[in-house]
Amino acid sequence: MTQGIWPAVLGRFDWQALPFVRAWNNPTASEIIGAGAALIVIISAIFVVVLISRLGKWRYLWSEWLTSLDHKKIGIMYIVLAFVMLSRALIEAVLMRMQQAAAINNPGFIAPDHFSQLFSTHGSIMIFFMAMPFLTGLINYVMPLQIGSRDVAFPLLNSISLWLTGGAAGLMMISLVIGAFSTGGWSGYPPYTELAFSPGVGTDYWILAVTLGSIGSTLTGLNFAVTIYKMRCPGMNLMRMPLFVWTALCTSVLMIFAMPPLTVATALLALDRYLGFHFFTNDLGGNMMNYANLFWLFGHPEVYILILPAFGVYSEVVSTFSTKKLYGYTSLVLATAAIAVLSFTVWVHHFFTMGQSADINAVFGIVTIAIGVPTGVKIYDWIWTMFLGEVRFTVPMLYSLAFMMTFVLGGLTGIILAFPPLDYLVHNTLFLVAHFHNMLIPGLLFGMLAGYHYWFPKAFGFRLNEKWGRIAFGCWVFGFYLAFMPLYVLGAAGMARRTQAVFEPAFLPWLYIAGVGALVLFCALASLFVQLWVSIRERDANRVFAGDPWDGRGLEWSTSAPPPEYNYAVIPRVQGLDPFYDGKRNDDSYAPPSSYDDIELPKNSMTGPVLGVVAAVTAFGLVWHMWWLAAIGVLASIATVITRSFVRDVHQIIRADEIERTERRWLSAVAAAKPIPREVEMTSANQGLAEV
Amino acid sequence: MKISRCRPRLLAVLPLFLLSGCTVLKLGVLNHAGPIAASQWHLYLIVGAVLIFVAGPVLLLTPIIAWHYRLSNKHHAFRPKWSFSWKLEGFIWIPPIGIVIGLGFVLWHFTHTLDPYRPIVSNQQALEIQAVGFDWKWLFIYPDSQVAVINQMAIPVGRPVHISLTSGTVMQSMLVPQLAGQIYAMPGMTTQLNLAASKPGNYRGENTQFNGSGFQNEKFDVVALSPADYDRWLTHVRASGRPLDGKALADLFNNSSLQQPIFFSSAPPDLFKHILVRTQEPRS
Repeated sequence: MTQGIWPAVLGRFDWQALPFVRAWNNPTASEIIGAGAALIVIISAIFVVVLISRLGKWRYLWSEWLTSLDHKKIGIMYIVLAFVMLSRALIEAVLMRMQQAAAINNPGFIAPDHFSQLFSTHGSIMIFFMAMPFLTGLINYVMPLQIGSRDVAFPLLNSISLWLTGGAAGLMMISLVIGAFSTGGWSGYPPYTELAFSPGVGTDYWILAVTLGSIGSTLTGLNFAVTIYKMRCPGMNLMRMPLFVWTALCTSVLMIFAMPPLTVATALLALDRYLGFHFFTNDLGGNMMNYANLFWLFGHPEVYILILPAFGVYSEVVSTFSTKKLYGYTSLVLATAAIAVLSFTVWVHHFFTMGQSADINAVFGIVTIAIGVPTGVKIYDWIWTMFLGEVRFTVPMLYSLAFMMTFVLGGLTGIILAFPPLDYLVHNTLFLVAHFHNMLIPGLLFGMLAGYHYWFPKAFGFRLNEKWGRIAFGCWVFGFYLAFMPLYVLGAAGMARRTQAVFEPAFLPWLYIAGVGALVLFCALASLFVQLWVSIRERDANRVFAGDPWDGRGLEWSTSAPPPEYNYAVIPRVQGLDPFYDGKRNDDSYAPPSSYDDIELPKNSMTGPVLGVVAAVTAFGLVWHMWWLAAIGVLASIATVITRSFVRDVHQIIRADEIERTERRWLSAVAAAKPIPREVEMTSANQGLAEV
Repeated sequence: MKISRCRPRLLAVLPLFLLSGCTVLKLGVLNHAGPIAASQWHLYLIVGAVLIFVAGPVLLLTPIIAWHYRLSNKHHAFRPKWSFSWKLEGFIWIPPIGIVIGLGFVLWHFTHTLDPYRPIVSNQQALEIQAVGFDWKWLFIYPDSQVAVINQMAIPVGRPVHISLTSGTVMQSMLVPQLAGQIYAMPGMTTQLNLAASKPGNYRGENTQFNGSGFQNEKFDVVALSPADYDRWLTHVRASGRPLDGKALADLFNNSSLQQPIFFSSAPPDLFKHILVRTQEPRS
């Protein structure tokens, strides 16, 4: 009797799925590290729960954050998620570097199967659960403010996207505690990831986490694109949009068209694994080359989904901190659009070595180097923006400068890789690993961190600590060069990526340097957390409630810091590219409006969190073949959507008198604040009012 | 005092470190040992030279302009409204487009001359080798000599080699950095790679496409021998190996990493074709 029930209830779960049991039975360093990671997840979860209960903040958390449809809060939650996942994936990177440095003619301390899970989770997390949430969060927070809107076009959809991403990220964390993750890398190439070669639960975790994340991102892309097309304030025609909005638009369009091929690829792989289809298997006519094409049809635009928003941040930052109009706005817009279009035409360069004809490889190679032109134009546009300006070396500006000089090196190695005959030599080696980290660390992470430092005072009302910001910056840049320049050398010497052990003593010094670099990068992350801690403690000395700490140029600086829930009491009207910068110099930015009106905003909804949790539960049931759980999950998500469609009371009204009180409080703070010159903007004298 | 005592030791260690650092490049294309890798290196140099002109201006201008136009430097012009110049626009669009067009021609030419499918021009007939990737070893079949070897590929110096590749398992990729670039080996499909060695030696070959927990062990030696030595090697393989029979073939399909090469004194004539078909059959 019990034998019949338990397999139906628990699916393919058994005690060996728990890392603690595995570590108990087989106490090697590798298993103990796995159990330790699981323990950290569990302890952190308990700690968070206890902390919130102790502080009595459950209700606050639920009603002010988790169920909120406010684009600003959703944006912040995305970025919190990004930092959590960044921490995990960075620690995994450090472990891998340590293993390779230790494993020269030596098995090292991490077993091959564990090592391959590490590179699979590191890549999947960094792309889908660090980079994507970070840029989505930043766009969510900033873009509606910049276009003078009160929210995104579909606030509920926004919350659902967040929670699908959150559910998927939760699945990644659960895979640490129950079962094991995929060993097939972030790209999950079949036939290796087919049942015949990877029968375990790992690949299913990967498929379902990535699928949920990709659906969330597709919805986000639609939401952002519609917001930018339809919800700009009067006067803001397309060619008056801040460059960050332009890059957000291009990224959204890329998300809409590039995420579905990924969803299709992972769904077909899931059909192979769950229902015995043969899309990518070796036998019965399957062909993995189709997967490679589908995956990179997503994968290459994805690179630009990641990089374009950072380009937008740099455009804002360089212009603001050079006190100068952005050079070549039109050319930057054209370059951004050109990159977005070209990004769909280069995917074959990810597999020049798959045996297609020289003609095809050459065409894709040439288009690839052609992308260098608009990208180079952008870099020069930022240089000319500094030219004849007054450059201030704040933390966001430091990231921008480090980006320009580092990214160009990644561009060079990108051109080398774009030459098929050279790609044949370094494809699948650490040269490639060095190249894409050389693009994504300056081209995404530095940009996101620049944006984080730049807009943090807007979001929270106080500036981040400069000293720790500089320490973190120094560690990121120095650590990057130490960790990744050696990989170019190793790759040129033919060291394959994803290698758990090394048999060439000549690799040793380079692996040591890279290992030190990884530790420095870890210090960089730690410094960011220290900075946040110090900044929160010193927040009262660094308040910028008046809202304009950097002599900002766009609309987002024309409201208080943090902005009120409704963003703008009166929807602004713009006449040019830098409305706030020009406005405050014409004395009309802080003028109270003649009257206030009631404002209608979306009411909180629990649909998002419920759907996110239900989706994660469904996915968990599918991973473990607990079919009853998956069925309940599917039914529950349908029920949630139906229930939501009967909810009629979806709006809240903020009354005019309340708005007037809020606005008066802010305007009197502006009147009381002392305008400061740019020389002292990094000191406590900065109250958020710029001297003009 | 203290510093001077440290210095000799530092001076002694540093070059050692650097020297051991530089030996790494001997494993790669810099130390090319065949015509294909040699012209790939040649292409590297061309592209590298052009790229200096691409990156140089950015690497120079960024710090110079940022520093010169810093806020605390009062000796510079400040024109906050200036935002466009046709001349600068020409400078940032036209030369890069020119460079890309130029590089495009180079790329087109070399992609065709270094196409891995293109036979190497020579007055000798190419040596045929069939390579099959397994988990986690390579089988090299010499169809003309009817022998096969695991994890060692001997080739005669100076004679072009034409390799047909497939995989008996998942996708793999064969790379011999000192001789030529890599090409994927895929189950049920055949890809091709042409290479040649111009001097005798041992060159490391490997699979670069991750294929499971023995991936890191999947290395082999390409042994380039003088024609006479190559013939001796063939004789040795025939003499010392055992035949590649059904059991040996079944073993190949099992996961394993090998320390030493294995010689097969004879191999069935249609072995490669057999493996191609077998990988496409339903797995029981």
